[in-house]
Amino acid sequence: MESIRDKVAIIGMGCTKFGENWDESTQDMLVEAAYEAFEDAGIDPQKDLQAAWFGTVWGAGTGLVLARTLQLPYLPITRVENLCATGSEALRNACYAVAAGVYDIVLAIGVEKLKDGGYGGLPPITAPMATGDVQHSYRSSTFTSPGRFAMMAIRYFERYGLSPEQGKEMIARIAVKNHHNGNLTPKAHFHREITLEQAVNAPIVAWPLGLFDCCGVSDGAAAAIVCRGDMAKNFRTDPVYVKALQICAGPYEGELSQKYDFTHVEETYIAGQRAYAEAGIKDPRKEISIAEVHDCFTITEAVIYEDLQFSPRGGAKEDIEAGTFKLDGELPVNTDGGLKCFGHPMGATGLRMMYEVYKQMQGKASPRQVKDPKQGLTHCLGGVPGGGIISVLIAGAEKG
Amino acid sequence: MVGITSYGAYIPLHRLSKATISRAWGGSPVPGEKAVANWDEDSVTMVVAAGMDCLKGFDSKTLDGLYLASTTFPYLEKQSAAIAATVLDLRQDVATIDFSNSLRGGTSAMKAAMDAINADSAGSIMVCAADARLGMPHGAQEMDFGDGAVAIMLGNDGVIAAIEGTYSIMDEIIDVWRPDNDTFVHSWEERFIREKGYNRVVPAAVSAALKKYSLTPQDFTKAVFYAHNPSLMTSVARQLGFDSKTQVQDILSAEMGNTGAALSLMLLVAALEEAKAGDRILLVSYGDGCDVLILRVTEDIEKVKDRRGIKGHLASKLELDNYQKYLEWRQIIHVETTLRPGPDQPSAVALLRDRKYGLAMYGVKCKVCGTPQFPREHVCVNCGTRDQFEDYCFADRKGVLITFSQDSSWAGVSLDVPVTVTAVDVEGGGRIICDMTDRDPEQVKVGMPVEMTFRKLRRVGGVNNYWWKCQPVRG
Repeated sequence: MESIRDKVAIIGMGCTKFGENWDESTQDMLVEAAYEAFEDAGIDPQKDLQAAWFGTVWGAGTGLVLARTLQLPYLPITRVENLCATGSEALRNACYAVAAGVYDIVLAIGVEKLKDGGYGGLPPITAPMATGDVQHSYRSSTFTSPGRFAMMAIRYFERYGLSPEQGKEMIARIAVKNHHNGNLTPKAHFHREITLEQAVNAPIVAWPLGLFDCCGVSDGAAAAIVCRGDMAKNFRTDPVYVKALQICAGPYEGELSQKYDFTHVEETYIAGQRAYAEAGIKDPRKEISIAEVHDCFTITEAVIYEDLQFSPRGGAKEDIEAGTFKLDGELPVNTDGGLKCFGHPMGATGLRMMYEVYKQMQGKASPRQVKDPKQGLTHCLGGVPGGGIISVLIAGAEKG
Repeated sequence: MVGITSYGAYIPLHRLSKATISRAWGGSPVPGEKAVANWDEDSVTMVVAAGMDCLKGFDSKTLDGLYLASTTFPYLEKQSAAIAATVLDLRQDVATIDFSNSLRGGTSAMKAAMDAINADSAGSIMVCAADARLGMPHGAQEMDFGDGAVAIMLGNDGVIAAIEGTYSIMDEIIDVWRPDNDTFVHSWEERFIREKGYNRVVPAAVSAALKKYSLTPQDFTKAVFYAHNPSLMTSVARQLGFDSKTQVQDILSAEMGNTGAALSLMLLVAALEEAKAGDRILLVSYGDGCDVLILRVTEDIEKVKDRRGIKGHLASKLELDNYQKYLEWRQIIHVETTLRPGPDQPSAVALLRDRKYGLAMYGVKCKVCGTPQFPREHVCVNCGTRDQFEDYCFADRKGVLITFSQDSSWAGVSLDVPVTVTAVDVEGGGRIICDMTDRDPEQVKVGMPVEMTFRKLRRVGGVNNYWWKCQPVRG
């Protein structure tokens, strides 16, 4: 099995402002993200693009929508969907096509328009989507994302002997950190510092998760131009090279077997292990400079620290309290504010994460710029604890 | 001789005090409380619970019939007995009958079952009755009605109370009724009901029955009367010569309320719980006539005293201290919903395909590695072997709560906020992700023991979608 390492590079990226984009349609956001990426890469979409991958979950359409919106000249376009990892999937598929030598320059783009719906939260998630259970789709438990991640929080607190107060404080610190970072990121949805007290005392969404433990609901789009690694410097001096691309879909062991403990996400651990092997990373805590991870809920980010081995099992609390993952910490996580401040337009999120890693690598992320980052990681979690689809991408500033 | 071979009952966990109802309308406190079905319960789910109680120690595959009685079946056209028989996992070659529309449907079904067994067309039949009737808000019946269910198994072998005699009359009268297009029960004036209804019909029927079998009130240890209210019952009992202090079964109007078609048999179960070998019991039900049954308790009565029955269910309760919530549960008031689209109408095709899993709660057990799993998949979650399974029923297994959530984000969508979603590890193996019902959210803890309970998830497009939930083990 060959590694993707350095075979492809990202030479341009674009990202819309995320938020309640009342005045922008899906098409408006696609054009904004795509043209920022085209201009950043210095390419002409009509002449230089050879293929595209289009990520969207809630029915923004097939490849035809992208072709029409950007007036792409009869290109091969694939629509991809893999729950919350959809944006990463568009990028991953684009990278593989280039690595296979089929194309030299391609577009990966994702979009989600959630705020036309008229309600909070995600659109109804049907049983097959939520539980992987296509056989018994009408007879199942009540599904909401906050509910399923709250199940992880309750079990995590129980296992590590945290009182509800201690547990809530631990995850509230993540919300405070991410709101601080989001306030430094113009394209984020939410620009507001919050205090620990506000986070802990916020109205409950799904006990023990309060309002500030949950990411927002936003519209947004993001795009990347991917090209062959050996061509990247023809376009710019500071391309970002792909070091690892992994995805892991769980067989829902957590809903079917007593083996799963609800205090970790097995798929994140496995995807992380594979990505570190592919990128040649031995000590992730030391070798990863920044990480954009899937903080759909604050408890998710805490568990990710452990699954990606930034912290030892049960050690997230200590590292959070030590400030390890703050902007000025040992390993800054969600430097742009994460899902917490960007919301989660599912088709765009993975690409939005890569946008932050890309800008940080190029030193263009002031005032939240991390000093001299070498390798960055993005992590998306689709599905739920016990049955997830996880992507882990690692990118580096230097070609190896 | 044909007789009762087992019994069970079900009373919903929630109790609404009559003082709460009275206060909501600005009235002065009234003593007593009524049992109230949760929002996810109906006559079918309550029948299943009573049936499970009755079937303890029995194999449902030995039943030859299931007769159901109710005035509140969830469908006017479509048999509820077939639903319950599928859930309770009866054989397919059984007789299922709905006895609808009559307050004495329970005893009528029991008599029909007795006749079928006597005629040798069945060996064992379970008779169930349930009701969840609605009185108009701020009316007397709203105070009087309660919800509940009962199950009585009849057969020739292992009889705990033999049926020594029966006597029935019919009598046409408009005293209590509900037209086919109305949600609420109507009644004529109380004095008419008493003088020209109950007080005329019941004494006549009971006297005729006693005469037929040459018995006197003194020959009975206990008399069980259906009645709309206690005073109606005691006056008639006294008139007939029964000692209302020692001989007459209390009608539980202050503890449970009038459970309609189920009441007479529920009171019979209450009497049987206290009965000893040799006791003779008179059972009287009323509604467009009167059914009288005479029962003689045998020594085998001791074998079924482990039921939750009436006593156990009465003792296990949770106060619903909110009248508005009761109105919402019963869909009498409708609250604002969100713009979020509601659930899809279930496909009848998928529900048919799923019925063994969805109704009888079957999973599978791997023949290769022995791992129970729910629901049925094709490939074993433990050893990866394809399609080497045997059927494995999860319905009557207890479990332990591994984790849960209290989800408030369904406000405006669910009637049960916060929705308690759980992961349950089942005794003997297997994990189930399901909602928890009949719980005090404050009392839900990791590690608590739970049991499965059959409930209505929702009704969409006129189709009831039933499935299972867990609940804290009832005391």
